[in-house]
Amino acid sequence: MADIFDAYALADAWDEMFERPGEVRTAYEPVLAALQPMEPAELRFRADQMARSFTDRGVTYAFAGEERPWPLDLVPRVLDALEWDLIQRGVSQRVRALEAYLADAYGPCRAFEDGVVPWRLLLNSPHFHRAAHGVEPPGGVRIHVAGIDLVRDEAGDFRVLEDNVRVPSGVSYVIENRRAMTRIFPSLFAEQHVLPVDGYGQRLLAALRAAAPDGVGDPRVVVLTPGPSNAAYFEHALLARLMGVQLVEGHDLVCRGNRVWMRTTRGEMPVHVVYRRLDDDFLDPLHFRPDSVIGCPGIMNAAQAGNVTLANAVGNGIADDKLLYTYVPDLIRYYLAEEPVLPNVESFRPDEPGQLEAVLDQLDQLVVKPVDGAGGQGIVIGPHADRQTIDRVRKEVVADPRGWIAQRPVALSTSPTLAGERMAPRHIDLRPFAVNDGSDVWVLPGGLTRVALQEGNLIVNSSQGGGSKDTWVLAEGPAEGPAAEPTGPLPEVAPRQLGPDGERPVAQEGAQQQ
Amino acid sequence: MNDVILSRIAEALTWTGRYVERADATGRILDAYLHRLLEDPWRDEDMACRSLYAILGVDAGTDAVDMQQVLDQLAFDARSTCSIEGALGAARLNARSAREAVSSEMWECLNSTWHALADQRLAARRTGPYAYLELVRRRAALFFGLADSTMSRDDSWRFVVLGRSLERVDMTVRLLSVRVLDAAHAPDWPTLLSASGADEAYARVYGGFGDTARVAEFLIMDREFPRSVLHALTTAEECLAALGRPRQDPARRPIGRMRTRLEYLDSTALEDVLPSLLRELQTSCMASAEAVAERFFPYQGPVEWAQEGA
Repeated sequence: MADIFDAYALADAWDEMFERPGEVRTAYEPVLAALQPMEPAELRFRADQMARSFTDRGVTYAFAGEERPWPLDLVPRVLDALEWDLIQRGVSQRVRALEAYLADAYGPCRAFEDGVVPWRLLLNSPHFHRAAHGVEPPGGVRIHVAGIDLVRDEAGDFRVLEDNVRVPSGVSYVIENRRAMTRIFPSLFAEQHVLPVDGYGQRLLAALRAAAPDGVGDPRVVVLTPGPSNAAYFEHALLARLMGVQLVEGHDLVCRGNRVWMRTTRGEMPVHVVYRRLDDDFLDPLHFRPDSVIGCPGIMNAAQAGNVTLANAVGNGIADDKLLYTYVPDLIRYYLAEEPVLPNVESFRPDEPGQLEAVLDQLDQLVVKPVDGAGGQGIVIGPHADRQTIDRVRKEVVADPRGWIAQRPVALSTSPTLAGERMAPRHIDLRPFAVNDGSDVWVLPGGLTRVALQEGNLIVNSSQGGGSKDTWVLAEGPAEGPAAEPTGPLPEVAPRQLGPDGERPVAQEGAQQQ
Repeated sequence: MNDVILSRIAEALTWTGRYVERADATGRILDAYLHRLLEDPWRDEDMACRSLYAILGVDAGTDAVDMQQVLDQLAFDARSTCSIEGALGAARLNARSAREAVSSEMWECLNSTWHALADQRLAARRTGPYAYLELVRRRAALFFGLADSTMSRDDSWRFVVLGRSLERVDMTVRLLSVRVLDAAHAPDWPTLLSASGADEAYARVYGGFGDTARVAEFLIMDREFPRSVLHALTTAEECLAALGRPRQDPARRPIGRMRTRLEYLDSTALEDVLPSLLRELQTSCMASAEAVAERFFPYQGPVEWAQEGA
């Protein structure tokens, strides 16, 4: 009988599941054992079941103007304890360094004085907001939530592709993917020790409450969304529900006397922490785009006055500027006196003397990215681009060297993915999510694994037709398993009372049995 | 922490309750009428259809109308909130914009219903609308059942129930009004009872024999039957009382006044006062709904910030 992995030919990249053709990596053995015996029809059935459940529950995303069920592939991505330890340390280190950079850039500017990063990097950044200068956030936290994009290169090493410390999205899909997978493959989960992801809401709420302005006893936290038409509205609603806080739109809030209030059926109530899921530019029409109607006028003044905390802080964009990205290893050494745990992808800075020429010379061999692009927009992959595109990018880079970086292309690792009736290798990346409560940077075990569903494609964004995988982090051993047995005496529970037809007699203390 | 709810959410919840109830009631009414039409081949289809339009407050026009047209307009028209599909679509959008306030199960119920309707509508074209109407009734029951079993008895829940109760009074009054005010379009009593989902409950109380006085008394004044006007008014009043007790409550006053009037009404005199009573009930409900909107969800117009700064 042919099995679904029969035609699986390794691509020219690190494969997550197979070391060599037919030789599975240890961490994947149970997954392969569970999947291999399945008929394609059986897999299709489960995939369709899952899609229907996503549609019914409204776990959808907009693609080409159509509401589609969230594309979750049935094959999970597995990380063993050692791999996760590295990722977790690397991500948290990165967040700590970027925090230090933001505090510095909006404060004493030591790194610029000391020549670690050039002044122009700060002064030319479109995300440097005067409004954020001199604002000392409670607990010193500006990055409450971060999503750090990682890829695995040809040698199997994890590398940082980019940092997202403004409004990183996707964590809801981590939670939904897990929920779906445990329903579709219950037995697989029973056999393995996969670290749970359902603690995210409580972690986030704790971090947001810790970020409240000083002196607020019982801070009120809200999630600020642009509204139901936003592509990530599902995520905003899920986070609000997980935390048990209000999901507000701009017009639910009103600012008066440098304080923020929300309009409720019992009058206006004070708000202390706003987990905002809209970009700086739309936050406050008084400070940023005057044509924006989704923000809340006056909220910036309230934040500057220290009466409300915005999470993430305004102005974080200077830290996930892709040009700054190239300096992060230096920043880690400078601020933390540590060596970077996770390396960058080899990058060039066209705005630096000498590098522009080097970049232009080999445009057709590099990946060129606009420094403030998001969602894979504007990226040109040299080896895949045609002459015209290369020429156009050449002109754009020459016109604005500060606006671009170039990177060596990395053949992202591949993972078996259901394509039609068979498994085929598809490129994947990983976005782990970190929550910073001011004393600790916690990384949600796993993260969002995105898949480029087209063969050979390297762009994984769902807005461009990408899919996703559930990401499993295996616990180290049974002793570290998540479900530790509670110790101590069992709680006393009264025996269940059965009716006259019950098989067992009613055994109440002191009751007379016949 | 969630001791309060946003005005916008309260409004969305109220309308979710209203729209689901409207879809349910409309489904029941259509079902009862279709059933009668089929069972009685001598019935005038045009007349029966006009009666339906009259109940639901939709203009029937002057041309002859048939059942298919009624279904297209009162069941399948997604653009009108007077139709089942339109009401359920609007309920879904409202619940979606209040998604952190309704439970996931309630949202999923509305969302999957919405997706299931499309299939069922196609089937209805081939085999008749019964499965479609049954789906609507079952999902509405599921929705309110989930509201009862998954929502805390807090203000959020009260707004859902308030919306449902106000709509319930409105629909029952509409049904009765057609019988009482417009004899030409009148449904017969059994149809009217089954359109209210009350036929079996009525039979248990009165033994199945129907006349105007008794049916009207049951549908208006019965304390125990949940779709009766009195019961729905009582529920609405309880919600409003729990939502806060201002000294003067223009939302509660019209409801409370009608409720007391029904409680102490001499049922033998009911038939005489019926026309005026029904009119008053309708105006009271509208007045209350307007007062609720004014008090709890004041219109949030464009914020006037341009003059302040920038």
